[in-house]
Amino acid sequence: MKILVTAKRVTDPDAKIRVKPDGTGIETAGLEYKLNPFCENAIEAAVSMVEKHGGEAIAVTIGTADVEQNLRTALAMGCERAIRVEIADDQLDSDLTARILVKLFETEKPDLFLLGKQAVDGDSNQVAQLVAEMLDLPQACFASGIVIENGEAVVTREIDGGIETIAVKLPAVVSADLRLNTPRLPTLPNVLKAKRKPLQVLTPAALGVDTALKVATVAYEAPPQRKGGIKVKTVQELVEKLQNEAKAL
Amino acid sequence: MGTTLVIAETFGGKLRKSTFNAVTFAKALAAKTGGDFAIGLLGSGVAGLAGELTGYGAKAVYVADNAGFANYLGGPWAKAVAALADQAGATSVAATSSTFTRDLLPRVAARMGAGMVSEVLSVVDGTKFLRPMWAGNVVATVEVKTPKAVFCVRGTEFDAAQATGGASPVQAVAVAPEDNGKQRYVKFEAVVSSRPDLAEAAVVVAGGRGLKDKAGFAILDPLADLLKAAIGGTRAVVDAGIAPNDLQIGQTGKVIAPQLYIGVALSGAIQHIAGMKASKTIVAINKDPEAPIFSVADYGLVADAFKAVPELVEEIRKIKGV
Ligand SMILES: Cc1cc2nc3c(=O)[nH]c(=O)nc-3n(C[C@H](O)[C@H](O)[C@H](O)COP(=O)(O)OP(=O)(O)OC[C@H]3O[C@@H](n4cnc5c(N)ncnc54)[C@H](O)[C@@H]3O)c2cc1C
Repeated sequence: MKILVTAKRVTDPDAKIRVKPDGTGIETAGLEYKLNPFCENAIEAAVSMVEKHGGEAIAVTIGTADVEQNLRTALAMGCERAIRVEIADDQLDSDLTARILVKLFETEKPDLFLLGKQAVDGDSNQVAQLVAEMLDLPQACFASGIVIENGEAVVTREIDGGIETIAVKLPAVVSADLRLNTPRLPTLPNVLKAKRKPLQVLTPAALGVDTALKVATVAYEAPPQRKGGIKVKTVQELVEKLQNEAKAL
Repeated sequence: MGTTLVIAETFGGKLRKSTFNAVTFAKALAAKTGGDFAIGLLGSGVAGLAGELTGYGAKAVYVADNAGFANYLGGPWAKAVAALADQAGATSVAATSSTFTRDLLPRVAARMGAGMVSEVLSVVDGTKFLRPMWAGNVVATVEVKTPKAVFCVRGTEFDAAQATGGASPVQAVAVAPEDNGKQRYVKFEAVVSSRPDLAEAAVVVAGGRGLKDKAGFAILDPLADLLKAAIGGTRAVVDAGIAPNDLQIGQTGKVIAPQLYIGVALSGAIQHIAGMKASKTIVAINKDPEAPIFSVADYGLVADAFKAVPELVEEIRKIKGV
């Protein structure tokens, strides 16, 4: 099985994000970067499928050279090789991201394309679905379980109201949710091995992708802050406040 | 100018109320552009629901009732919705964010060659919109550059539209999903609950890892019963199998804004706060006075939940006289 899997770099999901005073972006000083948690689930799924069914997992990312550190993490988790497409994060929208990934899919012709269901910076939750439509492939998004059998991926999906199971014929596009698996931590020998694994760098121009955006981010601001509340000492006081002050009971 | 096609959502043969939040968005957009809106209802055996959609000022309610829509599958549905948008002469498609619309709308956008805005918070003008990024720690202004657009709207930011009278014409359309044999529905395991829907409830009681296990989590039941509340949880309790996935509140779960939210034995991680900070009144009960949830709580009680929750039930019973 040949699997293409995304390895997007994001700001540390637990970091406190602050907007620059001039509204042109976020403060990046002192920020740490990690692999997008959902991509970690996708990579874990890809690597364990290759362990079970044979084949190879190829990690792909889009970004400037500094994202390669996180791409190497995907290699250390067990992907055989990696591809980076050179274009800065702030020059992308979901559509352009998808069009670049479509080109990689067309060159690599994998059986399965695994992506994180959303990136925890942009939080758009669009790319897997866009890729699927652009390639006219079946999609199974928000996967919490994937079984490959008889040329199909049988996928359980976490949706409103319960858990759904659908089956998609390969080649297919699947987006990973957090409960899909527990991503492995790369071992030191694998981290060292990852340094020597092939990492190919491509450009949108070389792929023949037009870099015009459909949706541009033009300003950033901090969300409205909630007014600070109070601490109550007793349950009685809480109920009294809820009844008489907040009128919430 | 332009028409927005609002996609109605149904579940278990009923219309989801969240449909009307997207109607409010469509009206707000129309007010900025001088356009109008229509509603698209796709499903199997849904024709009878069209009457519930006619009193809101839509220029038409399009009904695609076809047995092929019995189960949702992304690819075939996206083609059908894009075809309906075409027939309706729509320049944009909108729906309230849910796992159904988040799955469907990007595919529709790709098909229409449209830019798509996820989790719209408000309409700035005809092409600019506010949306959250970084788990709601950033509010971004985004500009749609394409003539056509697709919007997945955050329900908590647009009140459900109220009926305005009038009767939109109902029009049956011959739009059907095309089965290309690439995907099939297998099964659905519903979470059955007699409680109000988490996304719609006026009161939500949410529990976290501090409740330890299913038995611990169950201390929330009498409180929820008393307040006619929905129950929700953190990712930690869902991951642990203490609560079903459908009850997760947060960045990657449901985004809610009830009148009253009571968070019990949960820390208030940014990913959780992303899903509940728009609640009107927030109560937090946590034994750790430093827990981040207190920073967004109107009323914080530093206490052991196993003691405080039963006491809270007693006190509320007293004032309610039950
Ligand atoms: C990509 C990503 C997405 C995520 N999405 C979500 C999401 O959508 N929703 C979500 O909720 N989380 C999400 N998380 C997880 C989030 O980061 C936290 O791990 C999670 O919310 C913590 O759950 P918790 O508050 O129940 O547990 P903990 O953080 O462990 O907090 C337990 C709290 O209980 C208190 N406590 C313990 N015992 C008692 C007692 N007897 N009485 C009173 N208080 C007690 C403790 O003081 C502590 O504050 C996400 C994480 C990532 C990385």
